[in-house]
Amino acid sequence: MSLKKLCSLMLAITMLSTFVIGCSSTASKVGVDKPLRFGQLAEPESLDPRLATGQPEMQFLLQMYEGLTTYDANNNAVPAAAEKWDVSPDGLTYTFHIRKEAKWSNGDPVTAQDFEYAWRTLLSPELGSRYAEMLFYVKNGEAYNSGKAKAEDVGVKAIDDNTLEVTLQEPTPYFPQLTACYSYFPVHKKTAEADPNWASDPKTMVTNGPFTLTNWVHNEKAEFVKNENYWDASKVKSKKLEFAIVENNTTRVSLFENDQVDITLDPPPSEIERLLSEKKAVIEPQLAIYYYDFNVNKAPFDNPKVRKAFTLAIDRDAIVSKVTRESQKPAAAFVPFGLPDMEQGSDFRKAGGDFYKDNDIETAKKLLAEAGYPDGKGLPPITLTYNTHEGHKAIAEAIQEMWKKNLGVQVELENQEWKVFIKSRAAGDYQVARDGWIGDFPDPLTFLSLLTSNNGNNNSHWKNPQFDQLIKQAKTTSDPAARIKIMHDAEKLLMDEMPVMPIYHYTVAYMIKPNVKGLVHTVTDYIYFKEAYVE
Amino acid sequence: MLQYVSKRALSMVLVLYIVITATFLLMHSIPGGPFTTEKQLTPEVLRNINARYHLDDPLWKQYIDYMGNILKFDLGPSFKYQDRTVNNIIADGFPVSIQLGTFAVLLAVPFGISAGILASLRHNRPLDYIVMSSSTLGISIPSFILASFLIYFFAFKIKLFPAAMWNGFSYMILPGISLAALPMAVVARLTRSGMLEVLSQDFIRTAKAKGVGKGLIIYRHALKNSLIPVVTYVGPMTAGILTGSFVVESIFNIPGLGRYFVTSIYNRDYTVILGITIFYSALIVIFNFLVDIAYVFLDPRISLDKKGDS
Amino acid sequence: MNTELFKRVDFQLDASYDIGRPSTTYWQDVWRRLNKNKLSILGLIIISFVAIAAIAGPFFTAYSYSDQNLQIANQSPSAVHWFGTDNLGRDLLTRVLYGARISLSIGIVASMSTMIIGVLYGGIAGLSGGRVDTIMMRIIDIVWSIPFLLYVILLMVVLQPGLMNIFIALTLVYWMPMARLVRGQILSLRELEYVLAAKLVGASSWRIIIKHLIPNSFGPILITATLTIPEAIFSEAFLSYIGLGVSAPMASWGVLASEGATSLRSYPFQLFFPAAAICITMLSFNFIGDGLRDALDPRMRK
Repeated sequence: MSLKKLCSLMLAITMLSTFVIGCSSTASKVGVDKPLRFGQLAEPESLDPRLATGQPEMQFLLQMYEGLTTYDANNNAVPAAAEKWDVSPDGLTYTFHIRKEAKWSNGDPVTAQDFEYAWRTLLSPELGSRYAEMLFYVKNGEAYNSGKAKAEDVGVKAIDDNTLEVTLQEPTPYFPQLTACYSYFPVHKKTAEADPNWASDPKTMVTNGPFTLTNWVHNEKAEFVKNENYWDASKVKSKKLEFAIVENNTTRVSLFENDQVDITLDPPPSEIERLLSEKKAVIEPQLAIYYYDFNVNKAPFDNPKVRKAFTLAIDRDAIVSKVTRESQKPAAAFVPFGLPDMEQGSDFRKAGGDFYKDNDIETAKKLLAEAGYPDGKGLPPITLTYNTHEGHKAIAEAIQEMWKKNLGVQVELENQEWKVFIKSRAAGDYQVARDGWIGDFPDPLTFLSLLTSNNGNNNSHWKNPQFDQLIKQAKTTSDPAARIKIMHDAEKLLMDEMPVMPIYHYTVAYMIKPNVKGLVHTVTDYIYFKEAYVE
Repeated sequence: MLQYVSKRALSMVLVLYIVITATFLLMHSIPGGPFTTEKQLTPEVLRNINARYHLDDPLWKQYIDYMGNILKFDLGPSFKYQDRTVNNIIADGFPVSIQLGTFAVLLAVPFGISAGILASLRHNRPLDYIVMSSSTLGISIPSFILASFLIYFFAFKIKLFPAAMWNGFSYMILPGISLAALPMAVVARLTRSGMLEVLSQDFIRTAKAKGVGKGLIIYRHALKNSLIPVVTYVGPMTAGILTGSFVVESIFNIPGLGRYFVTSIYNRDYTVILGITIFYSALIVIFNFLVDIAYVFLDPRISLDKKGDS
Repeated sequence: MNTELFKRVDFQLDASYDIGRPSTTYWQDVWRRLNKNKLSILGLIIISFVAIAAIAGPFFTAYSYSDQNLQIANQSPSAVHWFGTDNLGRDLLTRVLYGARISLSIGIVASMSTMIIGVLYGGIAGLSGGRVDTIMMRIIDIVWSIPFLLYVILLMVVLQPGLMNIFIALTLVYWMPMARLVRGQILSLRELEYVLAAKLVGASSWRIIIKHLIPNSFGPILITATLTIPEAIFSEAFLSYIGLGVSAPMASWGVLASEGATSLRSYPFQLFFPAAAICITMLSFNFIGDGLRDALDPRMRK
């Protein structure tokens, strides 16, 4: 979000809150009657926060639940269900103080026990939660999940109804940010214990967020009403939210342009230019990177010089301005923009700088010659593999042509069905493969730890003990400045070795009506409708 | 007849059994499983999930367990939609698909047959050419393109119908037309060709000579005899349309069953794949049975039981 | 009745020929009738033109199907680029011409192979009847019910991507409607008098199928065969999407049309040209098909 936009947004929010406060005692009854209509990307897999995994679930859960913390428009974790928290000097113990006024939709108070219950059951092997890894930061979380410890050993404990003590595995300075993620949301213990299917029907759901779900037609729509029991209900503007669940991106555009939704995400790339020029779409940076993996175990990409040559020989500027056309930032490094560096207000990416020049054909040619393949002569046949998607295809075709023109290398393209592709990529059954990563939490580690030797998502299968060591240090160092320094070093090492070829830092395009106000959209792509409304 | 019906019912059970077995083997032999995700799960997490869904059992045991559950009409839980069962998914989606499908079949078959008859009676005259050219367009424009045009024109330009969603009859029209266009065109062509064939035959001339009215000739003699290819086509087509279409449901965002035919396979949602396949297969068998019955009705000389003389 | 009513006529070879028209074979007859049908001839001309353009056309355009120029992406049709350019600035005319090679061959091969398999399978089932028919038809029910996408993904994993796989995958599904149709026709036709007559004369089943039953079912067979062409062209786009088809940057009409459809609102011409190519080709195939049907109909023989 640009600074200017942000300011106007903040201003709008401030003005509105004054308005709300100014107009009185019936504050919680005040609200906008016009429903806010959102074009949701896909059917959620589950509305039990413990079972949720991705974007579609998140978009629902963020409106229905509230964690200990939440994000503000500047991507900071701010108090939510917890009014404050204390950190022990060693950074290992967090004590969260839960608001006394925090209530579930049925009027019960939100208690520390609800959090304890939610986190422990999420980690239980029996539940088989797909996102259990998100809670491995909590002490013994991983051990309990893999059956090597008991539930009582997990480092989350309700001291009393309003005090939650969390012991961590390692000091994790970004833990308050993590507690804003949906995997850390509470679950109403009484309901969940009584009925294992409580989350499948709006009638049996008990939630603690600004809105409650009242109707859910699978694969079509969902309706929410304002939760009058929510502790911060006076700030909730819309009385009603309506989600249309629309997987087809062209259809989402149709619904928006036909005035059937007010906000929606991710229009088809081919329509972006028109939508931008008609002022129907907005583009914001996203904490994510689009890159290609080199298979470092197979010639010719076992040679860092070849990897570098290929990395330098593409024109990222042309790709983002002519092919993807969503104002993505050409990537000359791995960690995206938008993450804090040592000083207040500084940016990790800007401090780290670029590691190479974009479209540096001369150096690329030199490197390729040094590697023993002058003008691409002697290279084995090379295949670039991607999963089928119009966007990936266009980028692959453009890069294929750039490699041909700039390096004289003939590259074959191969597309695969999504899961076939994931399998072959994870198995290292490729030469160059498309990849991408969206940050889970706003810290450079969410990207850098990806390329450690044992990370299941290290698809390049690059192994570097020195890099692993640096990441380990970054995880455990509690001094913020020293930590940032270590992460810069790690990124430099990574870019020297170049097991991956950064292409661009994602942006997210969404379509929003000019009369929609008060939306909070974070760099991790969280959208909060709490204070949003249709004017 | 009764004997024939019971024989067919028995063969349906056999067909379903083979379909389940073959689908089961096929889906387990393609790469990737329900928990192959872009963000790789750690081995421990994966083990817990596999244990929860009994995917850690040997394949033969999973197969036997599944067959056992089928006998109890329990199609199992969806792996993707964790709070739902396959029975839920079919119960939610099928009523929607059947509404839309019935509407589309009611558009396609009567209109297709009428257009075909008209064209055949005006053989090689302008009306014939109009019907044939438009039906060729119907055949060569696939539903996703037709749907895009319909949305553009009827939702944006003249704002007559909504662009998508499912909220009553007006929401049914554009997807219904998109779904009906191809079958309507095929039915029209098949009817026309069948009519032409029959109209040139001796018994029609005889009937005409005997002074039988034109309408009656068309109905009793020509149409009935020319409908066999139409019926052959309409049977499985109806089974297909009633279970929904991926393309049309996804473009118009209709919460029907059709999209699961494709997405369940992309998701490797094993139970959903099997459940939907069984459901579709049963419909196919039933409709093909109805087709055979219709043959006998249309042409009493046909005997399904009788062995040929070769 | 007595023998006087009958008079023996001396059989005179020459005279009997004089009465008849000049001897023509069945196929000469077909050709003659086809020639009279103006629309069929138009269809033939268009198809030949498209085929020639597909084979020779790419040599006459100034671009290759893969030449990119990102500066001129998504340009509307102009004197330089008659069909405009695509999202990577490639000449759409050249891509449509190359696409014709793939799509035409897919359409023709798929409809031919499904026609041969379907007619034989349906013919045997229909003529045999009884248990053979039941079993053969239940096999179709089974193959029809198993999700196509599963075969396709398996094929993709087992074989290398390419045209051959597309032919295999398409033939795997499209023979079934043809077989059911032929079988339905034959169930009805086999009860007709002339089949009985042929049998009495001692004709073999094969002869009956090929000489009598199939010519009498040509109408629906041709319709189904021409129907297979566009379905195959668009299924190929889907198969390419899964990863079974020809690799990018080469693209068929189906792929061009489906990609064009996503930018329909912004760059309608990107859909229009490939879709128009498909429609024109289909119209021509149908004209030829209709003409052929009339020409092949034994009863139309004069």
